[in-house]
Amino acid sequence: MTSKEKLFYFIYLHRTGLTVAVLSTVLLVYPLFQDNPYTLGLSNLIAINTIVVLGLALFVGYAGQISLGHAAFFGMGAYGSAIATVTFGLSPWPALALTALLVALFAGLIGVPLLRLAGHYLAMATLGMNFVFHNILLQWDQVTGGPSGFAGIPSLAIGPLMFDDEVRLHYLLWGFTLLALLLCLNLVRSGVGRGLAALAGDETAAAALGVDTARAKVKVFVLSATMASIAGSLFAHTYNFISPDSFDIFVATDFVIMVVIGGMGSIWGTLVGTGLITMLPEWVDLFETYKDFVHGGILVLVLIFLPQGLVAGLVDMVRIKLALHRQKNAPS
Amino acid sequence: MLHLEHVAKNFGGLPALCEVGFEVKAGQLTALIGPNGAGKTTLINCITGILQPDSGNIRFRGQNLVGLAAHQISHLGIARTFQNLKIFPRLTVLDNVLAGLTVQGGNSLLMAMLRLPYLRHRERRLKLQALDSLDRFQLSAKADWPAGILSYGDRKRLEMARAAVSEPHLLLLDEPVAGLNSEETAAIAEQLRILRSAGHTMLLVEHDMDLVMSIADEVIVLDSGRCIASGTPDEVRRNPLVLEAYLGTMEATA
Repeated sequence: MTSKEKLFYFIYLHRTGLTVAVLSTVLLVYPLFQDNPYTLGLSNLIAINTIVVLGLALFVGYAGQISLGHAAFFGMGAYGSAIATVTFGLSPWPALALTALLVALFAGLIGVPLLRLAGHYLAMATLGMNFVFHNILLQWDQVTGGPSGFAGIPSLAIGPLMFDDEVRLHYLLWGFTLLALLLCLNLVRSGVGRGLAALAGDETAAAALGVDTARAKVKVFVLSATMASIAGSLFAHTYNFISPDSFDIFVATDFVIMVVIGGMGSIWGTLVGTGLITMLPEWVDLFETYKDFVHGGILVLVLIFLPQGLVAGLVDMVRIKLALHRQKNAPS
Repeated sequence: MLHLEHVAKNFGGLPALCEVGFEVKAGQLTALIGPNGAGKTTLINCITGILQPDSGNIRFRGQNLVGLAAHQISHLGIARTFQNLKIFPRLTVLDNVLAGLTVQGGNSLLMAMLRLPYLRHRERRLKLQALDSLDRFQLSAKADWPAGILSYGDRKRLEMARAAVSEPHLLLLDEPVAGLNSEETAAIAEQLRILRSAGHTMLLVEHDMDLVMSIADEVIVLDSGRCIASGTPDEVRRNPLVLEAYLGTMEATA
């Protein structure tokens, strides 16, 4: 091999690690070039959403299931942290951990019966769960503050360092997001990840290959709910105020749309999907007003033309082209 | 190694299997033949836990398989291929074979997320094992292809590579040459001989009589859910019941 080939081979071999390193560097220096708090605030929102969407991507894109109820887990994290800190006076970090634990338990409990359902039935059941949760937030106002929301949630802090401005939050939130990204990348490249991919491909074949399909589904469901809960806690501590509308069924569908744009079975795609859908209303005012129509339209178009999802679909096309090209040029 | 006794299965009152009993001996290639609708695939599905038999015993290395789930039976060392191919089209060829090693990959979600060094070593070992299996089935040149673009013959070989990679105690092959041309069939037959000489125990469900008669150690004939004959290929070939099942009776054809 020439030294150039060696370099390319090295890049190919360590492509995941290198991409993570480049992304981390860009994020590290980003606030030096961009000090507009509004823009930073948007990128922070992308970071929070990405954590939810990563978990959902494992559940939808890898394990092949569907959930239209992850805004509920996101909301449980947010309200859990809010109630634990404001009502019960816990400090934010233990509140975050305790909430995540309780949400994981809850997801495990409902996951066992829920995941006996599949397809449309599972979609309807999770949608129903989200709907019930949203209604509890609206109606139980002694605890949740009702439609007017829950205010006065403290910011997160490490010692004397308070995460209360956009730059500090940038480092905190993207730190969490990068960690989640790394953990998910590790997972999908492991035997467990391949078991999940097999599950999405064909449940009978996966079982015949030794995957305990019922258990695997519940495990990923719990993992994705826990990630959504942590993201929700971060959301509450970032904005210091939450209201039920951030956790309704339209938010739940938006999360699914972000997964679909990013693609089935693509971890990197979730960054693109989340970024695109979070930014869309910022770019064109029209999208703000008719947001739900536009998002629904995007979902339908992607599913018709690239059923594996936008990013994953394009990547698949390139991989197939490359394989066929190499076969044509290979000396036979 | 595999022992079936009085296995019965009904679909809504319609008997698909009735009092089926036979034995697969270790190190042998046993073939299961029979006309369409004889219950061959139903039987394979009962052995692998995809269906549960209504009654009867299926014992594998001393353990009763009836009542176990498909993944538990897989853990005992029974691997299979599917008649209507079940490869994962979006995964690469290599990842498809690695999926056959899922169990050895460890199954703790948390450990996998942390990617500890011992898991990384195991991954490397499994990858070598998978590449080795691809090599045996002449697919290594296509290891990084998405499996969905493979030809039909390659897909059949990929399923066999995936089933054989875990070195199972028993390999169930559901019609591995159905739909293949004579050249591809010959290649698969060669593969089966290699697997057998490597000591694999196999149960082969097949329509292709030439293939079965040329490589099977023992043949079992199923007709309308019943076991009508068993023995060496030569014994079975001469059995009048078998001729009747395949060719019809003299009165029916006359």
